[in-house]
Amino acid sequence: MKKNGASAPRLDPAVAARVRGDFVFRALVLVLSLVATIPLLLILVFIIVRGASSINWQFISELPKPMGEPGGGISNAIVGTLLLVIIATVVSVPLGVIAGIFLSEHGKSRLGNVARISVETLMGIPSIVLGIVAYVWIVRPMGHFSALSGGLSLAMIMLPVITLSTEETLLMIPLTLREAALALGVSYPRTILRVILPAGMSGIITGILLAVARGAGETAPLLFTSFGNPFMTVNILKPMASLPHTIFTYATSPYPEWQTLAWGAAFVLLVIVLTLNIVTKLVTSRWKIQF
Amino acid sequence: MEDTILSAESTILETRHLVAGFDGKDVVKDISIAVPAGRITAIMGPSGCGKTTFMRCINRMHELVANAQVTGQVLLDGEDVYKLNPILLRRRIGMVFQRPNPFPTMSIYDNVVAGYNLNGARLARVDRDRIVEETLRRVTLWDEVKDSLYRRGTFLSGGQQQRLCIARALAMKPEIVLLDEPTSALDPKATAAIEELIVSLKGVVTIVQVTHNIPQAARISDYTAFIHLGELVEFGPTKTLFTVPRDKRTEEYLSGKFG
Repeated sequence: MKKNGASAPRLDPAVAARVRGDFVFRALVLVLSLVATIPLLLILVFIIVRGASSINWQFISELPKPMGEPGGGISNAIVGTLLLVIIATVVSVPLGVIAGIFLSEHGKSRLGNVARISVETLMGIPSIVLGIVAYVWIVRPMGHFSALSGGLSLAMIMLPVITLSTEETLLMIPLTLREAALALGVSYPRTILRVILPAGMSGIITGILLAVARGAGETAPLLFTSFGNPFMTVNILKPMASLPHTIFTYATSPYPEWQTLAWGAAFVLLVIVLTLNIVTKLVTSRWKIQF
Repeated sequence: MEDTILSAESTILETRHLVAGFDGKDVVKDISIAVPAGRITAIMGPSGCGKTTFMRCINRMHELVANAQVTGQVLLDGEDVYKLNPILLRRRIGMVFQRPNPFPTMSIYDNVVAGYNLNGARLARVDRDRIVEETLRRVTLWDEVKDSLYRRGTFLSGGQQQRLCIARALAMKPEIVLLDEPTSALDPKATAAIEELIVSLKGVVTIVQVTHNIPQAARISDYTAFIHLGELVEFGPTKTLFTVPRDKRTEEYLSGKFG
């Protein structure tokens, strides 16, 4: 920049104005991008500072202690969150992927339009409402809270994410690929299952992982479905602890020890969600299919 | 004169009063031709004249498009293809597209035998190896890829990819191979290689090739059909059609007055 000023021939004023505009715009873009990352950085720093100190093997492997006893862990909540997410994944992935295939294949039909609007609406429904629905459908008839109802309410949150990302991925796959298979005398179902789906696999997996990351962090619907449980359980018909719910209970309690535990639980949850997001990025770049 | 030459050949494929189009609008208007077995037949005409649609009626790919319609007959060895199962029909009539489209998830090896694998046919390893080598030699790709058979087909150059796609079609041992402007996305050198390959397939398999490249039709085809605005203007031996066209429109097209 400096040598331009003194020795180089002076720029035409119009060109100089454009160069200045270019510089201002670039600076603006850079600054705003940095600003956008500030909230995340603050959250990370805050949670690491407050939460990391309570992380140790005991915290991860032990059950919560009764009020007044020092120590104790959140192993029940970690196991609970994993189970809840597994239930939600088992239910939502097949449904979501199949619905996504349907939308990408017959999205312009009447049923396709109805399905898409339904899925998009489901995406916009607040998660607490889905929790109430699971409460009315499952908890009330069963008579008690259960991990099953929690998993299903998470499934309703994950379903539209998976469906729409599957549809979007499959729509990007070139028509020529499908024609190549059909022209070889491959039947339509086999073309979908063995050519189109594998070609879109990285996008579909990305969608699933993002949905899992979202489901793992949901709290509201779990308040009246899986509820919470101070003991370890793997019975999905029983109330079950989960990280978000543990954070909620401990953080709103008046006891400083419990509040510290809440920070630790938040840290664990954050690590899980961040890991999922990083794995997603890796999957996208490693399995990227070039057409 | 033309009729006597055509009748000296045995016909493998025949269209009778074929009318096809989209949304009630006809793109192909009443085309009847007889394609001789083992020869190269070029379907030539300006862009948008309906030649690709015509060709896609032969292996029933046309009907896959929404709102497509077709009437008339297409006879393969005397059988009406619209009475056959389209899946079985397409195993007998291979197709190569404008742009090379190898399966991106598959290796070169798997691309060649994709027709078998995707259809769930179980081939012994030795048979598969044999088909792959034979077919890749057939399309003169073997020497270039024999050391990288298990790499993805999409790493190849455009011309190599197109030869791979021809191999994929040939591996199914089809009676006819349809080529839809197979060189339009390739550079001159790759084009020459493909043309040479097509000529070498003469006698092995019947070839129907769509092209809007007039010199190419003249160079490689035995018979040429000229289609204009969806109608068959003229069909005959390439030499005759290019030297003494009977129709004024053919002459004008060949001399570059339109198209």
